[in-house]
Amino acid sequence: MSDLRAAVAAGVFGTDEAFRSLLQSTVETARAIFHAKASSVFLLDEEADELVFEAVAGEGADTLVGRRFPSSTGVAGWVLVTRQPLVVDDLTKDTRFSRDAAASTGYVPRGMMAVPLLAEEKALGVLEVLDRPAGIPFTLAEMDLLGLFANQAAIALDLLQRARRAQAALAGEGELAALGRFAARLEDATEETRAAGLQLLAALEQLLG
Amino acid sequence: MSVVAHETDEDLPAWSLPASAGESIHLPSVWPERVTREWAFGGATGAGVRVCVLDSGVELEHPLVGEVQRSVAVTKEGDEIHVDDDDSGDLCGHGTACAGIIRALAPECDLTSVRVLGAGYTGSAPVLLAGLEWAIGEGFDIVNMSLSTTKRQYVDRLHELADRAYFKRTMLIASAHNMPVESFPWRFASVVSVGSHESLDPLALYANPNPPVEFFARGLNVDVAWLGGATINATGNSFATPHVAGMCALVLSKHPELTPFQLKSVLHLTATNVGGA
Repeated sequence: MSDLRAAVAAGVFGTDEAFRSLLQSTVETARAIFHAKASSVFLLDEEADELVFEAVAGEGADTLVGRRFPSSTGVAGWVLVTRQPLVVDDLTKDTRFSRDAAASTGYVPRGMMAVPLLAEEKALGVLEVLDRPAGIPFTLAEMDLLGLFANQAAIALDLLQRARRAQAALAGEGELAALGRFAARLEDATEETRAAGLQLLAALEQLLG
Repeated sequence: MSVVAHETDEDLPAWSLPASAGESIHLPSVWPERVTREWAFGGATGAGVRVCVLDSGVELEHPLVGEVQRSVAVTKEGDEIHVDDDDSGDLCGHGTACAGIIRALAPECDLTSVRVLGAGYTGSAPVLLAGLEWAIGEGFDIVNMSLSTTKRQYVDRLHELADRAYFKRTMLIASAHNMPVESFPWRFASVVSVGSHESLDPLALYANPNPPVEFFARGLNVDVAWLGGATINATGNSFATPHVAGMCALVLSKHPELTPFQLKSVLHLTATNVGGA
């Protein structure tokens, strides 16, 4: 039932692009708040068991979106699997990390804050903030702020995933597709047709009890 | 049948106590009039205490970790889960960091690494449970769990394992979550749950009057062992947890007779905000 509601909601209100902008805005804000060089959101692709760069602000914004890596490797993988936020500095001292980062993203961060994106019992992905200003010790207040941001990003990511599921359903031939088409036409209709459509919908609702 | 239940499984169950048996289970009092840090772990090194780090693996021969007695990896192939000896080290750096913290506090404890990372996200919870079950079966004194799961379908089993550990004298030390989501096992009363305080003193320990987070330990800006023999600076409840594991190793090396119930009481009584100078 939640997918049916999501399908209609997506048909009427949302598009993939709109939710993507919401995620983009979240990483831009996270980057600004923490005075960081970059921030990214990774989405978990459960089927492939991989993490995918979904939104990037700052370093790598032009090149990283869409890149993937196995879901339980590195700091992001640890954070995803253990559900524990982690802040690490001096990563350049870790030669394996530096080599891998340089090879895969072309950018080797010095420091990283990573926090799981959780919606109820599901882990949807990971939010990372890279290279906050050097030399300023991290505080527990920042950790709490990171958690708050993660919550917001998790909601955006949850919406994006629902929209994608709904759109996949709408693109199909099933009953949901008809509902979606109806919702979309209603959205584009003239005021008069729209009023009539809504009246019809109200009657249908009454009929179904 | 003896009613002294704690020594071997064979003596169980001890469901009731006949009047005549009261004398036979006399337990020597191990408590001084006032439990101080000096009594609890003054001069202790962790010698003889077996600590298990359930994490991403531990880098072998890291100078801050020293000898790792055993290193195993839990893997999942299809529906089958295997626990095998493994020398591939650490997949992330975090397990090495935890092992280094425990080693710094309890330099003579025995360390074993159980790698539960690497099975992918989907395999992570079954692998975590299998790793924990293996560790309890091996009879470690302390298991450091800087990790948690949010998957409800595994909570009952995890709860069962946490209680089993508690009664088999394996103390589970688990990282608390600072996010508004329910995760486990740190919420269970049979484990010691740990959050972070802001002090840089590795032995500063605060008892929380408002659980489920029971204790706060050092988790902020900690210099920790990392991959490639490196040392990095890190923050998180996941680093506070091994501080408590290390302190527990110290206490148990001096007082091996303590049960998890008593050990948790010692942590409370010697906490910085309770009476532990």
